[in-house]
Amino acid sequence: MTGTPILSTHALNGGYGDFQALFGIDMELHEGEVISLIGANGAGKSTFLKSVFGLLPVAPEMVRYDGEAVGGTPAHRMVRRGIAMVPEGRRLFVGMTVEENMRVAIDNARLPEDEGQWTRERLFELFPILREKRRQPIEDLSGGQQQMVAISRALLCQPRVLLCDEISLGLAPKVIREIYAILPEITAAGTSIVLVEQDVSLAREASNRLYCMLEGRITLTGASNDISRDDIAAAYFGASDAVA
Amino acid sequence: MQWLDAIIQGVLLGGMYAQYALGMALMFGVMRIVNIAHGDVMILLSLIAVSLAGVLPVGNIGLIVVIVPIAVAIGWALQTFILNRVVGADPLPSLIATFGLSIALQNLMLEVWSADTRSLPNSGIASESFQIGPIYVGLLPVIVLICAFVLTGGLDAVMRYTRFGRGLRAAAADTEAAAMTGVDPKRIYATATAIAVGILGLAAVFAALRATVSPSDGSAQLIYAFEAVIIGGMGSIWGAFLGSMVLGVAQAIGLRVDPGLGILFGHLVFLLVLATRPEGIMARKK
Repeated sequence: MTGTPILSTHALNGGYGDFQALFGIDMELHEGEVISLIGANGAGKSTFLKSVFGLLPVAPEMVRYDGEAVGGTPAHRMVRRGIAMVPEGRRLFVGMTVEENMRVAIDNARLPEDEGQWTRERLFELFPILREKRRQPIEDLSGGQQQMVAISRALLCQPRVLLCDEISLGLAPKVIREIYAILPEITAAGTSIVLVEQDVSLAREASNRLYCMLEGRITLTGASNDISRDDIAAAYFGASDAVA
Repeated sequence: MQWLDAIIQGVLLGGMYAQYALGMALMFGVMRIVNIAHGDVMILLSLIAVSLAGVLPVGNIGLIVVIVPIAVAIGWALQTFILNRVVGADPLPSLIATFGLSIALQNLMLEVWSADTRSLPNSGIASESFQIGPIYVGLLPVIVLICAFVLTGGLDAVMRYTRFGRGLRAAAADTEAAAMTGVDPKRIYATATAIAVGILGLAAVFAALRATVSPSDGSAQLIYAFEAVIIGGMGSIWGAFLGSMVLGVAQAIGLRVDPGLGILFGHLVFLLVLATRPEGIMARKK
């Protein structure tokens, strides 16, 4: 990969109030690339995404997007600039229909729906079940269907960078495959992806490069195909006291 | 016939309550912000209207054109400078902040306007009436009811079909997720509270035309607005309108039974609804 990354972090420190959860994270994402971020519970993966996305305070120079220092910019402005997020646990708007959830994103997207890569029509073709359920309240959908809405909502922001936080969590394997199958389509549309994932083999398959986090630090990075399972195990659990 | 008259008068009274309740439906029902100062802000706007009457050459009903923009500005400032700092998953901080504001406003109003009851002078419309069969109906209450109806329909449509309405419902459902979807929650909340208090501005002029106001009257209006929203169902705009009607009719019927029972009847019906259908009349079924 050459050229300036579309999104990068530079010695990013972050956390909640007095509690520091991230220590000097350097990461870069290039255009059209999928990187995955793996690590155990509490490693700081979600905190990292939130820090990048302006949901937790960080210094401006710690996050650069499209050549500009954007650290600490509020999330709703990040969306206008072209970053969107599929949050952990989906976080859909309860009490609103499937289509209304989508329209909130369209209302605030980087580009109008007819100028962007993603339209409701295209997403209904990708996820036909959503067309059927478009007028139903979001709480009537199954977990997998809700995840499809969450992804659709993020894509309708017409992002150049998509942050996905644990999109496979709590879903049946068949549904997970269905959802991961559309990732190539997203990158083909020109969107780069940061994938936070607990399932290591899934993360390796779906990404070009991989970062492993442990206790708020990056412990391993490299091309997803080149990294051996043993290296990952060591980086994931910490040195030699890995699982027996 | 006496009872038919009571029901008609109750519906007309309900129109006034609906104007108090609409802003509450938006703030409490949708945004889940408990604004204890709701009634006091309305009284403040009424007193400003009374003071401006005669000074401005716009007539009494015409005061609406002046009071509503003032109300919108107060609402925007209230949300921007006070409520946006305390709003969150926990409803207690906003409750405490507005409770303090309520006490401060009441004392400020006592200082400026004293405890006298005041009202806008009758300008004809307030005392005109017409006759349907054997029943006399006041013109002003009918205007109030029509305004309330139109406002309810308008607000409901705004919530359902506009970008603002969707953004507000999204922010109310999950503020952080709304921000992740590009909604600026603070700005949208400031707009919503500006609308809520703006409607209160209209209610304030009508309330001062219809009856008297004094600095300590706010808490009664607050209770009526709360009751109407809860009877109707949290989050439902038409529910608040319907709740106001129920409350108005209950009070009017109580008044016919005994002149001292009107307000009590309203509270009893409220308790009855809470006991039998706590989610409110118009709440969506789970």
